[in-house]
Amino acid sequence: MDAPTTAVAVYDGNTLAGPLSEVFGVELMTAAGRCRSCGTTSQVATFRVYGPAPGFVGRCPHCEDVLLRLVRTPDALWLDFSGVSALRILIPTDSADEEQQP
Amino acid sequence: MNIFTRGFRGRKRDSSGQLPPGQYLTDDFPVLSAGPTPRISLDAWEFTVTTEQGESHRWSWAELMALPAESVTVDVHCVTRWSKLDTVWRGVSLDTLLTDIETEADFALVHSYGGYSTNLPLEDLLGGKAWVAYEYEGEELAPEHGAPARLLVPHLYFWKSAKWVRGIDLMVQDSPGFWEQLGYHDYGDPWREQRYQGD
Repeated sequence: MDAPTTAVAVYDGNTLAGPLSEVFGVELMTAAGRCRSCGTTSQVATFRVYGPAPGFVGRCPHCEDVLLRLVRTPDALWLDFSGVSALRILIPTDSADEEQQP
Repeated sequence: MNIFTRGFRGRKRDSSGQLPPGQYLTDDFPVLSAGPTPRISLDAWEFTVTTEQGESHRWSWAELMALPAESVTVDVHCVTRWSKLDTVWRGVSLDTLLTDIETEADFALVHSYGGYSTNLPLEDLLGGKAWVAYEYEGEELAPEHGAPARLLVPHLYFWKSAKWVRGIDLMVQDSPGFWEQLGYHDYGDPWREQRYQGD
């Protein structure tokens, strides 16, 4: 058995706002991801993020398993989201648009 | 305990010509981590080598300490471009650990407590090129630098020198590790600047 680990994250998930918006073109900080390991759903902004080098590692704020990894090489951006079993991304609704009509 | 000292140098060298391309010299010891620092008690620690046939060979901490140790003075080069010269380590050579293990493997996948992994050719662990190190500059390893023991493979970029090492899988075919899956080079020779796939 491993002894308990220290759990001091270097950053929160907001650190990933820039690089993730490059990939998806949508705001992901308010998106919610379900951890494939423990099943907990957490906002991306609350992920515990280590990095930036050799790459970013986003970990589950509940169980600390790896949710995502992101590396920028000179000619590519590598993204592994395999620790997230589902990602819920909020999108504007028609009703919200209608409410903004005069 | 046999003590074999390899590679001591008399005094600090001029760094000119000692740095691989794209590297800068630092006197600090930067900490790069992909996760929280594991804390492993020596009673619970073990190191396991598993062959391609599934045979496991295990060492407890006491058994590791009973093996012949070597002190080595080496340069280390991080893919994030810092290098340190003349770092002093103490540990057990992989030649010692693997000497009685029968294998046809050409590759190794190194595993760490905490889930990290890294791959490299088996021959780069042999021939006096790699150690399971448990002292740095005459002191026990600090937790953030891999305590109680880390792999030390100084001729490759330092991400191959896995902190908190717990074991090695010997494999017939190569299999990428934690950063190698995300675009980093499978070999990582700093003198050829093999940082990323295709370098």
